[in-house]
Amino acid sequence: MSKNLEQTIEKICADYGHDRTRMMDIVRAVQEKFGGVSSEAMDMIAGQTRTHRVEVEGVVSFYAFLSQEPKGNVVIRLCNDVVDQMKGVQEVAKALSAELGIGFGETSADGWFTLEWAPCIGLCDQAPAAMVNDVMVTCLSADKASEMVRALKANPNPGQLTAGYGLGDGNNAHPLVQSMVQNNVKKTGEVLLCDVPAEAGLTKALRKSPEEVIAEVEASRLRGRGGAGFSTGLKWKFTRGSKGPDKYLLCNADEGEPGTFKERVLLTERADLLFEGMTIGGYAIGAATGILYLRGEYNYLRPFLEDVLRKRRDAGLLGNDILGKAGFHFDIRIQMGAGAYICGEESSLISSCEGLRGDPKNRPPFPPQKGYLRKPTSVNNVETLCCVSRILDKGAAWFAAIGSGKSTGTKLLSISGDCKIPGVYEYPFGVKIRDLLKDVGAENTQALLIGGPSGQFIGAESFDKTICFDDLATGGAVVIFNKDRNMIHIAHQYMEFFVEESCGYCTPCRTGNVLIEKCLRKILDGQGEPEDIAYLQQLGNTVKKGSRCGLGQTSPNPALTTIKNFRAAYEAVLKPVTDGMQPTFDLKAAVSDAEALAGRHSVIH
Amino acid sequence: MSETITFTIDGIEVKGHAGQTIMQAADGNGIYIPRLCFLEGCEPFASCRVCTVIVNGRPQAACTQPIAEGIVVENDCPEVLQIRKDIVEMMFVEGNHFCPFCDKSGNCELQAVAYRLGILAPKYPYLFPVCELDASHPYIFIDSNRCILCGRCVQASRDLDGKHVFDFVGRGPHKKIRVNAAARLADTDLDITDKACEVCPVGAIIKKGVGYAVPVGQRLYDQQAIGADIEAKTK
Amino acid sequence: MEKPRIATASLAGCFGCHMSLLDIDERILKLIELVEFDKSPVDDIKNFTGRCAIGLIEGGCCNEENVHVLKDFRRNCDILVSVGECAIMGGLPALRNGIPLRECLETAYINGTGVYNPSGKIPNGEDIPLLLNKVYPCHEIVKIDYFLPGCPPPADTIWEACVALLTNKPLDLPYELIKYD
Repeated sequence: MSKNLEQTIEKICADYGHDRTRMMDIVRAVQEKFGGVSSEAMDMIAGQTRTHRVEVEGVVSFYAFLSQEPKGNVVIRLCNDVVDQMKGVQEVAKALSAELGIGFGETSADGWFTLEWAPCIGLCDQAPAAMVNDVMVTCLSADKASEMVRALKANPNPGQLTAGYGLGDGNNAHPLVQSMVQNNVKKTGEVLLCDVPAEAGLTKALRKSPEEVIAEVEASRLRGRGGAGFSTGLKWKFTRGSKGPDKYLLCNADEGEPGTFKERVLLTERADLLFEGMTIGGYAIGAATGILYLRGEYNYLRPFLEDVLRKRRDAGLLGNDILGKAGFHFDIRIQMGAGAYICGEESSLISSCEGLRGDPKNRPPFPPQKGYLRKPTSVNNVETLCCVSRILDKGAAWFAAIGSGKSTGTKLLSISGDCKIPGVYEYPFGVKIRDLLKDVGAENTQALLIGGPSGQFIGAESFDKTICFDDLATGGAVVIFNKDRNMIHIAHQYMEFFVEESCGYCTPCRTGNVLIEKCLRKILDGQGEPEDIAYLQQLGNTVKKGSRCGLGQTSPNPALTTIKNFRAAYEAVLKPVTDGMQPTFDLKAAVSDAEALAGRHSVIH
Repeated sequence: MSETITFTIDGIEVKGHAGQTIMQAADGNGIYIPRLCFLEGCEPFASCRVCTVIVNGRPQAACTQPIAEGIVVENDCPEVLQIRKDIVEMMFVEGNHFCPFCDKSGNCELQAVAYRLGILAPKYPYLFPVCELDASHPYIFIDSNRCILCGRCVQASRDLDGKHVFDFVGRGPHKKIRVNAAARLADTDLDITDKACEVCPVGAIIKKGVGYAVPVGQRLYDQQAIGADIEAKTK
Repeated sequence: MEKPRIATASLAGCFGCHMSLLDIDERILKLIELVEFDKSPVDDIKNFTGRCAIGLIEGGCCNEENVHVLKDFRRNCDILVSVGECAIMGGLPALRNGIPLRECLETAYINGTGVYNPSGKIPNGEDIPLLLNKVYPCHEIVKIDYFLPGCPPPADTIWEACVALLTNKPLDLPYELIKYD
């Protein structure tokens, strides 16, 4: 075994040039081969890449899909996102647990199965959903889950599962995808979810100078679609203007914001448009290398995307002298993530691409100054880059005429939760919430989560607001909650998500989120006091203002925006303490261990 | 000679050089900004966030934020002090800080910053985590109950000692310091003379056999508040 | 006018904080001019005789009796003060908080180095209060109004605090009086 381990690791490390910046690929490959990255394996990897074992351990222990302990041959990761909870995932969980005879976080005694929870896997429109190794299984029920386990026990090859379920639409049925996932495109638009002519944007871009391309993008007033809304043209201008010959264009396909799944659809149906946009970006900023950082959950799309890249190389759309443009060389590689929401933060994404823990970096310097490998880097979102291809084809004026005010173009929204028609919608910026609710068949709506848990919860008083950068800004997630939902419970679930997904680098985010989560738990347990509101507000303010990156700067939002917009829900359950006792202290529970040991009961309760 | 930059901290006009951070410039002007992770001679790590200041209305870490002409920095205002108190209180509840018997007490920067901020007790519930001790090394022991994850030992070992004895593993609330060995500090190449043994702001990395050498009342922060050395500087 | 009453208790503590209280030296005479001691180990009064202005609590809560006493203090005192590290964060007794209770007791009474216990049993009986699963800071059981850190808090801290509270002045401790050890 040890010999085999050693030889395999040598081979894997050699495949990646013994390059420590490819650590993510190396440890992923070892994990895939051996079910885990053992202590012994970490020593070997460190030796092969001339790094330290504690650095390897740091990486392995950071990402949810990597582990030191070997996992089962079949790992079932059931999504426990809020939307999955709303759609009955607990019943599915019970069924899986019963059928497998193991709890969550456990591996079966025969080493075949591991059962785990996973945060949002990008399938809220077909929840409850699970990943079985890399295979996505959607629209689960308790019966379907039991059946699935029985099928896997008979044939432990998750790849065979889909045959029984039928394939999804569009490229989900592509021979290299073979997935039951559905695109659920419910509203097409004029920029992305429409017929797009192949390479029209790239062809036109290469007739311009890089500066002219940037000017065109600037004139379109395109802003980043990931959520932060920074001007794409300006970002490219900064990157191009930074000194140094090596520059990089990174595409952020680490779609991890709970409730978001529109990028999965773009990756499935608009891969060429995306790579075209990356190529245009590479040309504009003067980069020779592009990296698509693909979230680990979307590994099932990887063979398909690799194939698209191969075809583009064959067609002269990647590689040297692209489309005959002398001196323009550009190629793209895919970097897989391994289960870490934080890697959607651009500087964490860069760390991960460099083979490090997905910690965000200090700013300044900003990525356009010093990014990937400390070289000027532009990190752009999938949707943004797709828009770029269209802008170069149809012109900045065409794009800028769509949308509203400072928000030009369209926005893809991933809509899920309490509505009849969940799916992906392309709207021009400026769509009114009220109209959107009508389109998706939402009734009896209490709240919307705009922009995922890092965004905000809004209520009926905001239904006349519009989706755009100046009103309700969003990276694309819209989750709808009807009047039967307990908003505190929902805020609490999202806080649990942030506790799990904080990288832990800085104090306020590492511990502040835990404290917010605990206070919401206390309120849910009926022990809340009116003072808890001010406590949460102050704590939330400190986490937002003290945290080092966007995660902590927004993570208190589930608590803060429900307090702001659904205060009555809190006030209904908060009870003033009049006897001076702490409602959280439970004497009965506190003496239970001692009662069992002593074989007698406490005399004072 | 680099360009001189003029800006204000709490309304006081101060001068610094282009390329300095707010913390460096403040130090040079005798203004103390509390800090725990910052380590002289290394890149700012910016993990503790205790040096948070408000710059032109936006919160920033003073250890990483460069100065610029005319910026308005708030260092000593109620909101900033509240943020710092909250962060320091978080450190007290996320670990197990038993000051009464800690060998670092009186010389501990966490404690000293808390004193300076006037913290009598944290307002947060204690999390009482279960932490590891490593006394395997002949001269050094690690008590991770006291670790505030500042990263100084990681940086010092890597950047000053040219080794890599320490690094972080895990993430979120499970993040911790680990040594570069399968299990024990004794199996690393840590030397008693390493800078990494000197830099811990708290009592997480302790030299064996030297505890309690200075009597209570005469220890560093018994004598003066943390930052008093900086404040004693004149321009 | 009747003098305000003051009560004190030592829960899971070492009486060090009470010793520190006595360390106010001759000022204790002044203190008794200001207040009357009610339930306290200082005068050995076992039960509250009337409503108290101030309750000083030393020690955290490690067993059910501590909880009982602490709640009794909360009911009978206008202002409750956690005095010292044990009351504030559990202190030394809280070192056991990461260890399961059974393991603690077995080490203390059966397996530990140097234990002589021919019965081989963990002491048990109606008169022994049941231990809590962990040691609790006082403010996690009842509302606490003020905290005086230290191990023990310096006599001056206790003095300053009592005078301020009795005279309705804000409790503002100078740098020198804030100590956690």
